[in-house]
Amino acid sequence: MIQKLERKKMVVTGDYASAYGALLCDVDVVAAYPITPQTLIVEEFSNFVNDGITDAELIMVESEHSAMSACIAAQACGARTFTATSSQGLALMHEMLFIASALRLPIVMPVVNRTLAAPIGIWCEHNDSMPERDAGWLQMSCEDNQEVLDMTIMAYKIGERKDVLLPVMPCLDAFILSHTVEPVDAPSSDEVAEFLPKYKPYAELDPEKPMAIGTFTPPEYIQELRYQQHVAMERAKKAIKEVTEEFYKKFGRNYNGLVEEYKCSDADYILVTNGTVTGTAREVVDELRNKGKKVGLLKLRFYRPFPADELRKVAENAEAIGIYDRAISYGVGGPLFIEAKNALYGYTLPVYNFLAGLGGRDVTKKDVEKMFEIMMEKRKGEIYWLNTRGVKI
Amino acid sequence: MNIKDLPEESLFTPGHTACAGCAAPAIVRNMMKIFGKDTIVYTPANCLLVFSGTYPHLAWKVPYLHEAFENTAACLSGIARAYKKKGKKVIAVGFAGDGGTYDIGIQALSGAAERNEDVIYVCYDNEAYMNTGIQRSGATPYGADTTTTPAGRKILGKLEHKKDMAEIMRAHEVPYVATMSISHQKDFIEKTKKAKEISGFRYLHVLSPCPTGWRFDPSKSIEMARKAVESGMWTLYEAEYGEIKNIYKPKKKIPVEEYIKGQGRFRHLTPEMIRELQEWVDRKWKKLYGELPQ
Repeated sequence: MIQKLERKKMVVTGDYASAYGALLCDVDVVAAYPITPQTLIVEEFSNFVNDGITDAELIMVESEHSAMSACIAAQACGARTFTATSSQGLALMHEMLFIASALRLPIVMPVVNRTLAAPIGIWCEHNDSMPERDAGWLQMSCEDNQEVLDMTIMAYKIGERKDVLLPVMPCLDAFILSHTVEPVDAPSSDEVAEFLPKYKPYAELDPEKPMAIGTFTPPEYIQELRYQQHVAMERAKKAIKEVTEEFYKKFGRNYNGLVEEYKCSDADYILVTNGTVTGTAREVVDELRNKGKKVGLLKLRFYRPFPADELRKVAENAEAIGIYDRAISYGVGGPLFIEAKNALYGYTLPVYNFLAGLGGRDVTKKDVEKMFEIMMEKRKGEIYWLNTRGVKI
Repeated sequence: MNIKDLPEESLFTPGHTACAGCAAPAIVRNMMKIFGKDTIVYTPANCLLVFSGTYPHLAWKVPYLHEAFENTAACLSGIARAYKKKGKKVIAVGFAGDGGTYDIGIQALSGAAERNEDVIYVCYDNEAYMNTGIQRSGATPYGADTTTTPAGRKILGKLEHKKDMAEIMRAHEVPYVATMSISHQKDFIEKTKKAKEISGFRYLHVLSPCPTGWRFDPSKSIEMARKAVESGMWTLYEAEYGEIKNIYKPKKKIPVEEYIKGQGRFRHLTPEMIRELQEWVDRKWKKLYGELPQ
């Protein structure tokens, strides 16, 4: 139970928006371990508990591995759970991520994207969450703090659907969102309760009807479970569209499925982004449009499930596509680029990969202009490292 | 209360696939009779998971969870807190082996103990990684031949002594720590019942003789457990909030040699090594429990 919270306009950090989103969702159990730049999320939630705003059980465990372990166990007992992490913490949880999804437990865990060592750093890079693409979690990425709050609420709604039943990871860029204050419209607790009813587990550990969860399983049974997880992830695409539609009707903010198209309908050159770079890219698109250039922007709100159909749709009439990545799969290219090439198999247009902002380096308008310039010049190469010492482009 | 006074109905049923003479089923069955049906059980990766929880043949009549190896105490915390939030009373019990307790699970265990989570953590200690084929753990005694501390031509078994896990737990000053043995059933039952009645973090540590790993006749498991206690290699006591109570002092101390002679894992021990093991026992007793009666 949470205290009644009125609809209000807040000016808050991304971390606060995340914690407040979990509060509004009336989570039962939170198990977490602090790591920069996720710390504010667990600190804010601790305030909510110690100020009596929620009666959620807070377990301040001794590691991220234990945080996810405790969330899985609590969720298996029928609780709605929440945790949050970053970088090394997510890597430490790796083992448990697969267990959460295979047990079909719709845990929600914001990941504040931070560079994964070495060398150790605390700034934004997507090389923490993207390697977890095969863990069976939905991965969302947020552009601003409003989206952080809204995505947290929608994460529970999508994940808890009987046709999905998968855990969800809303991702937000370190410091650019986590520690930056922005105005955010917060719905009331009553509105959220109407949108997101009390969690009803599909199965739970209950002495009244004993069952085993996660036990030792021979080859006769595991393959079908894997198939069902795959189908659930595919079904999540429809669920996302329906939930964003429902959210729009209830709260008036339109997230419109897995992507946001910006000036794509007649665009020849389309840049594909995720996260906070999108805001910068939107401005560059406007400026280039003013100069008569037919450019557009496709913002990916999801990495898992991957919006392949949406990408193919905008590629249909484009001259070239550029994929922005803030992480690298060494020797191959950025994770989004790999997905895009896969989705665009059979398409003849050039697909470029732009790597920028790794380790938390700023991605400026100049960088984004360069990305469009490379596309418009129809350059020969595929992978371009922007603003990188020792690399000439 | 004695073993024959325990309820007939078993929440841990026959039909599991433990090795002949394995002490773990006796430990679990008798404890479950005391904990009762309002219990949720967690087991990490261990023999118990494999021999009692292989889908679809389960030996459990209570809710049963497995996640991973190193997180028993964290999972128990999640179970206990979820039920606290629900306002329903259940007992969250974990049955971990020595590897899952002494080694890979000690971090989560220490964390949950420090938070005084309302759970019961049971370590059934068979003194090596038996499930994966008898590799050494922090619980393996000095000199023991395991597959990773083989009695070789140059090095004869494990070079280090057994870690005192119960002492580590006692240092956490949790409400209850008890060391137990299947050879002393009355004591076993009383401690289990006491653990059930207390709230907060409870740690029960039972020596679990393993005929396969220790290499002795499967009919002698209880005898092995008794000799471990009588030789002082294993000590029965309780500790409440860090204070040692009720140390069981065997009427007659037997030499360590008498305990180890029936076990293949110690067959290669030289007289010097036996002396080293005996000195370790005597040192431990002098430091913690007082002199053993001769």
